[in-house]
Amino acid sequence: MEFELSFILAMIIAFAVLSYVILDGFDLGIGILFPSAKSEQDKSVMMNTIAPVWDGNETWLVMGGGGLLAVFPLAYAIIMPALYMPIILMLLALIFRGVAFEYRWRTVRWKPVWDFAFFAGSVIAAFTQGISLGALVQGIKVANRAYAGGWWDWLTPFSLLTGCAVVIGYGLLGSTWLIMKTEGELQTRMRGYAKWLGIATLGFIGVVSILTPFQDPAYFQRWFTLPGSIFSVFVPALVGLCTWLLFMGLKQDKEAQPFLASLGLFVLSFIGILVSFYPNIVPPNLTIVEAAAPDSSLRFTLVGVMVLVPLILIYTAYAYWVFRGKVKPEDGYH
Amino acid sequence: MRAIVMLESFTAETLARMQFAFTVSFHIIFPAFSIGVASYLAVLNGLWLKTHDQTYLFLFNYWKKIFAVAFGMGVVSGIVMSYQFGTNWSVFADKTGPILGPLMAYEILSAFFLEAGFLGIALFGRERVGNRLHMFAVCMVAFGTLMSATWILSVNSWMQTPAGYSINDVGQFIPEDWWQIVFNPSFPYRLVHMVLAAYLTTALVVGAVGALHLLRNKADAAARRMFSMAMWMLIVVAPLQIVVGDFHGLNTLEYQPAKVMAMEGHYDSHPEGAPLILFGIPNPEEKRIDYAIQIPKLSSLILKHDLNAPLAGLDTIPDEDEPPVAVIFWSFRIMISLGFAMLGLGVWSLWRRIRGKLYNDDLLKRAAIVMGPMGFVAVLAGWVTTEVGRQPFTVYGLLRTTDSLAPIDAPAVAVSLISFIIVYFFVFGAGTYYILRLMNKPTATSGLEINKGPIRTAQNQFIATTDANLKSGAQGDNRGI
Ligand code: HDD
Ligand code: HEM
Ligand code: HEM
Repeated sequence: MEFELSFILAMIIAFAVLSYVILDGFDLGIGILFPSAKSEQDKSVMMNTIAPVWDGNETWLVMGGGGLLAVFPLAYAIIMPALYMPIILMLLALIFRGVAFEYRWRTVRWKPVWDFAFFAGSVIAAFTQGISLGALVQGIKVANRAYAGGWWDWLTPFSLLTGCAVVIGYGLLGSTWLIMKTEGELQTRMRGYAKWLGIATLGFIGVVSILTPFQDPAYFQRWFTLPGSIFSVFVPALVGLCTWLLFMGLKQDKEAQPFLASLGLFVLSFIGILVSFYPNIVPPNLTIVEAAAPDSSLRFTLVGVMVLVPLILIYTAYAYWVFRGKVKPEDGYH
Repeated sequence: MRAIVMLESFTAETLARMQFAFTVSFHIIFPAFSIGVASYLAVLNGLWLKTHDQTYLFLFNYWKKIFAVAFGMGVVSGIVMSYQFGTNWSVFADKTGPILGPLMAYEILSAFFLEAGFLGIALFGRERVGNRLHMFAVCMVAFGTLMSATWILSVNSWMQTPAGYSINDVGQFIPEDWWQIVFNPSFPYRLVHMVLAAYLTTALVVGAVGALHLLRNKADAAARRMFSMAMWMLIVVAPLQIVVGDFHGLNTLEYQPAKVMAMEGHYDSHPEGAPLILFGIPNPEEKRIDYAIQIPKLSSLILKHDLNAPLAGLDTIPDEDEPPVAVIFWSFRIMISLGFAMLGLGVWSLWRRIRGKLYNDDLLKRAAIVMGPMGFVAVLAGWVTTEVGRQPFTVYGLLRTTDSLAPIDAPAVAVSLISFIIVYFFVFGAGTYYILRLMNKPTATSGLEINKGPIRTAQNQFIATTDANLKSGAQGDNRGI
């Protein structure tokens, strides 16, 4: 019973992190693509596509961290000091990009400053998230219920690689989101970017997938024994499918298909990482069961999750629906 | 560089404490304001829908823009807080996580998502969803801020007055009774005191903005409305806050007597009635208050409702469990003095109102402007009293601050602390400047905008058709943040 409870909650945390990655992914992607805007009008349109929803997207990050503290306090207590520098950097970067949404409308002279803050904050946040992922995949030193490594351990060629991968991947999400939400010249331009970002993202997925098993032989094993081997068959095939949908969608000028296909790529990569990790929550050897909070905490949290998460999904979907459709440039100018 | 070298002479613990105090002090400034403004917006919008008085709609749009900026700052500074438990206080996180984690998870699920989910609609969506759903969204945002305060104050109160737990073999706090945990002994007092503090803070800000515009133009309808609403709020809430604060103090006396001894400056025990020390200079070396101005036996009267009741002093507390007296002694007095100053302003305005001269007394307006930022000062002073008074523990009496620290190196904390200081002053300094500039914009005359920003066409038409008189003002609203 205990096993199942912690397992269910681990799935919920994974869901929160995945929601964060795809929602804030396109959101940060807009920031990453911000310098490509050719005019003030492009910039306003780009930002207006996410202005009503960015706060909700970022809340999933709080949920990922807060949820981890609630149900896997030990994992939280180990991961955060281990990733001290990238996390602090990410927080600082998120400050800059978060305030830019409001600040840029409040000043003329400093507008370029906040536009740059929006861009740089988005890139750094994405990069440090990628670095954190890479460092986690490489494994974290633990002794006596605490992090036992140094404060530069996270910095390796592999983590830099995953950092770049996430920046590019978010760029892909951002560009395909804009294809869906804009029209005209901006949309055409984004189609062009999406193609190259798509190719680069696939390249990164390939390289990271090849290198991951070398970070820890156990990863390799998990992919070739049950239940992991089931995924070994499906995941590559589905990646192929998403790739095809992405590029066909771009070629045939589809509106939503490229975005949905890119989301698919992210979901699949995420599943891939979960398969590699399981049954650990902090590689190489802290398991989900070991890190779990006592049952009384898990049960209490689960009740809240069961009741509130469906509600959250409903009203979040509603908020997206309210702001559906293309964001028009005239919306900003009369 | 010199700053880094200087900070390196501190231990990681001191640095982590400074970092926590710094970031949370910045953070609380924004919720203290946005909790109040969110409710104020709901009231304004409700009144507009009910009375169709344009002034309310105008005020709603005016404060909405200010709210959006403040809320954004609150969100980004809050995200930092939720990760800091792990980065700097990981042992604390491991040990208290089973109890505090679920409470914070509830905060995220029931408050943060609610605010975030409806914020977009409340700010941008009036014409897309219609007046009724828009009103619903505004209420959800306000409700979300109150839920947020509820859960986080439950967390904080549990650290002050822990209940409903047991401790397992690896030293973790294990939940035994969630009801007792959430409704721990100091929680109701702290919640009410903090929410009232947020309302007071907002009322003072709104009052100051109203007063500023009244000084420029006595006939400004929107400014009159703001000023009057704020002064009503003050005269109702300030006395309430003092009463609640008194109860809060009695509760603290019961559960954290050492904190009250420090607040009162009682180094020595008083077997026959303790004096109320109004002012004085705490002298930690000699363990006494120098130059004390005191009223005999009054402290016993306030705390025990008996002139001659004995009160224990810090001499009964082991040195290693004693909180730092000087800070608490001062911060407590700052809060109390400001509380009475707020009451004073409220009484003054009531008196002028009864005389029918509320909008004519320039001195009152100036006083209201001076008091504008004092809510923030009182909130910070209150929190400093509460938090420093809990030292040297993170979980009162059970887990020491020293034993809560993450295994991190001092240089890492020093670098991040300096980065936070630079970034916060820069970013939140700019934000505060923009807010002040928005507040400085004339209310009823021209638009509030420097720049238009995202506009929803339909809303402009909506506003333009509803009132041609406010046309110039409405143009400012077409940003419809
Ligand atoms: C969730 C719990 C929580 C909440 C709601 C707050 N704090 Fe706190 N505070 C802590 C949890 C905490 C802590 C983690 O327990 C710290 C860190 C180091 C310490 O000793 O306690 C702390 C320390 C701490 C200190 C330093 C005390 C010292 O080291 O001597 C100050 C000045 C504040 N806080 C101020 C605040 C303010 C202005 C708050 C209003 C938002 C606040 N705290 C809310
Ligand atoms: C150290 C403790 C605290 C932590 C970890 C924390 C965490 C957070 C986080 C993560 C957010 C952003 C939520 C989002 O993404 O929308 C936030 C915002 C907020 N917090 Fe805190 N918070 C703390 C203390 C407090 C206190 C003491 C209060 C009020 C009494 C408070 C009230 C709010 C409110 C109302 C918001 C919404 C944004 C705003 O109004 O500015 N928080 N907090
Ligand atoms: C003048 C009458 C007041 C009294 C007697 C009073 C009493 C107290 C006491 C005893 C505490 C510490 C409780 C503890 O740590 O256990 C406290 C904390 C606090 N006070 Fe006051 N207070 C007064 C006015 C105010 C005002 C005017 C404000 C702000 C506008 C304010 C804001 C706070 C805050 C934010 C805290 C920390 C949170 C909490 O513990 O609730 N207080 N107050």
